Amino acid sequence: MLSTLSTILVDAISMGTIFLFGCVGEILTEKAGNLNLGIPGIMCIGALGGSFGVMIYSNGAADPTQMSGFWLVVVSVLFSMLFAGAAGLIYAFLTVTLKANQNVTGLALTTFGVGFMKFFAKRIDMTNFVVASKYFKNLFPFSGKLGWFGEIFLSHGVLVYLAIAVAIFASILLNRTRTGLHLRAVGENPATADAAGINISKYKYIFITLGSAIAGIGGLYYVMDKTNGTTLAEASIDSFGWLAVALVIATMWKPIFAILGSIVFGGLSILAMDLTTLSFSQLKIFDMFPYIITVVVLILTSIFGKKENQPPASLGL
Amino acid sequence: MSKEIALELKNITKSFGRVVANRNVNLTVYKNEILSLLGENGSGKTTLMNMISGIYFPDEGEIFVDGKPAVISSPKDAFGYGIGMIHQHFKLVDTFTAAQNIILGIKNEKYNIKLVNSRVREIAEKYGFDIDPKKKIHEMSVSEKQTVEIIKVLYRGANILILDEPTAVLTPQEIEKLFAILRKMRDDGKSIIIITHKLNEVMEISDRVSILRKGEYIGTVNTCETTEKQLTEMMVGKQIELKIDRVKVESTKPLLEIRDLVIRSDDGSKAIKNVSFYIRGGEILGVAGITGCGQKELCEAIAGLRKVESGFIMHKGESIVGMPPKLIIEKGISMSFIPEDRLGMGLAPSFSITDNMMLKTYGEGKTPFVNRQAAREKAQALIEKLEIATPSTETPVRRLSGGNVQKVLVGREIDANPNVIVTAYPVRGLDINSAYAIYDILNEQKSKGVGILFVGEDLDVMLALCDKILVLCHGEVMGIVHAAKVTKDQLGLMMTGAVNLTELQKEKNFGIAKDSNLTETEWLNAANEQNGGAENEN
Repeated sequence: MLSTLSTILVDAISMGTIFLFGCVGEILTEKAGNLNLGIPGIMCIGALGGSFGVMIYSNGAADPTQMSGFWLVVVSVLFSMLFAGAAGLIYAFLTVTLKANQNVTGLALTTFGVGFMKFFAKRIDMTNFVVASKYFKNLFPFSGKLGWFGEIFLSHGVLVYLAIAVAIFASILLNRTRTGLHLRAVGENPATADAAGINISKYKYIFITLGSAIAGIGGLYYVMDKTNGTTLAEASIDSFGWLAVALVIATMWKPIFAILGSIVFGGLSILAMDLTTLSFSQLKIFDMFPYIITVVVLILTSIFGKKENQPPASLGL
Repeated sequence: MSKEIALELKNITKSFGRVVANRNVNLTVYKNEILSLLGENGSGKTTLMNMISGIYFPDEGEIFVDGKPAVISSPKDAFGYGIGMIHQHFKLVDTFTAAQNIILGIKNEKYNIKLVNSRVREIAEKYGFDIDPKKKIHEMSVSEKQTVEIIKVLYRGANILILDEPTAVLTPQEIEKLFAILRKMRDDGKSIIIITHKLNEVMEISDRVSILRKGEYIGTVNTCETTEKQLTEMMVGKQIELKIDRVKVESTKPLLEIRDLVIRSDDGSKAIKNVSFYIRGGEILGVAGITGCGQKELCEAIAGLRKVESGFIMHKGESIVGMPPKLIIEKGISMSFIPEDRLGMGLAPSFSITDNMMLKTYGEGKTPFVNRQAAREKAQALIEKLEIATPSTETPVRRLSGGNVQKVLVGREIDANPNVIVTAYPVRGLDINSAYAIYDILNEQKSKGVGILFVGEDLDVMLALCDKILVLCHGEVMGIVHAAKVTKDQLGLMMTGAVNLTELQKEKNFGIAKDSNLTETEWLNAANEQNGGAENEN
């Protein structure tokens, strides 16, 4: 029983990591007052960018089985962030500088991102990907010797820990620093922030780009860790992206809650795959659960409406 | 006390396009002084202050701070010179604490909220503010928010404070408290410029008064050597009678009777709690209360725009609860609510006066086409009668000045020949002449036997204009008093809930007319019907 439970938990965490990257990225963007519905597409672009990094690094190595895992991960994460950040920059330019409608811009970016990934995926040489994926996955080789503790806490790939670290970092940034205070002021009441001498455009640009870059790592994680470097062109990363956006609402814009929420969302997604006795259409019920949770959270927060749990006041404007 | 100059303006001129907002204005403010800046709307007070606080830059002229020429091109520069402005509309982030708002935008200091909290408490103690630095803004009253704004400026080390109409939203008691604090700040060596319309406040708080009229500097007088009358003349440029008449009219039977009314606000809380009152024909009933204590919801409910939770609104003995707004208009109940932005309710800003005249009567006539000709004639008549300054009847109302927009709105409501007028803040932001024009219109309607519900802000005006005043506090009636028999202080105490006359005089059946249109049995039947109806719905 314990082993089944820990298996489910391990799978939930590994699935949830995709959501966690997307969710934390979107939280930072929304705290600046911008609803970026381009996140699903940006995650696709991040997956492509990261894969590009893996290709360059592993094909450049003399012997792919002996390459440096550290630099492989660093290079591919940076490429992933670079691509996704560039997409975020486009969104920022359109919505902040040109004041285009945020929803339309975001949705267009998602459509673009999915196509962009699928188009270029075929041009990525994935020969060394399965080998490379081992460097993403086996962070603590000794975790198998530590029983259930090792399995639950230490058996994950490096990006899982990165995701949690990023979430904690985002939470500290938002709640404990002057930068976070200014960022939240920009998202809540831009006129007030402006009067206080805060450069609104600068904050929006920085955090839209940073948020997108973080979300992009989620795409890389899916390719290199979740699917062991086997999927890129067929990956439906955008569907995870929508769940990440829903998770932002379900966790009430709190990155710390997002760690837990991502595991719950991940668990619900994984449950569908584990319950092999159900028919295909029955499994689809599980796809609905995360959204039902989101709706329930929305209902609860609007009934017990504490102002702190509401979206940033000028979100989407 | 030595007279040291803190701030000096010399020959300041500022124009926007062709409109000259300030022409050759000179102004001197000393240390240890409270200076009132007096002038009607559009006289350039705010423009002038915005130039001192760095929002606008003067076209011509010089500013001296502590005797040295100063170039103030941004709010940041102004802070650098120790100038801080407290705006009429607060610039605060609702979900932040007081302390977080106070340090917002300060960069050259370590971010340590505990340190900020204790520094805020220090400032508060020094001047006698009452504040909890950890309290969130959205949990605060208007006066607390204002305190945060003032401390925000003091925290940044301001020595010259500008307050733009700080008393407009406060109760008399809160004003007293604010004035005590301002005096303490003055004695501490600060210079304070206060913009206000209210002459009695000018006389009470300031050491000197500077007057602007139509963008020009008229002069400065010592408060102890002047009178309200002299100030008015300097402000308006001619002698005017500063008296609002209370017309004596034989009042009729109750037109509108409201009993045990409960209304919910947008966030689901009760905005109006068991309110009972009535309005007779030929009577002006004032509604006093701090902003946001149910006035808006009450007006909307009477006009049929908001659902009534329970209770009755009886018009000439007939219930109008649940009726669509159109039917209520046809019964002769008119509602005009002037929100803070003035255009928000009642008029379509991009429509012409003619089109706005038709907004409530578009359903009349037998053909699908509207009768624009008749509406245009009505608009023309209105323009002449109320002296509305407009190029033509086809000018979009958003291009008119605030006073003229309000005249259009009030004029249209009266044009429909209502028998009940509900009007909220009809003189909001109007200059003296326009405000008196509106009072005259209301008095004229009252003489015709119309019942008027007047939701107002200025207690002095309400005391002079209204026959009776109903005081609301957090949606509850604190009392209904005869305007001639009550003082401003008593009203203030009731507005804050410190005095509740309904509790003192419970046996008198508060807010229930003795000569009601309905007998007690009929009221009971109506109540049973309502309860029965509710059960059936369930």
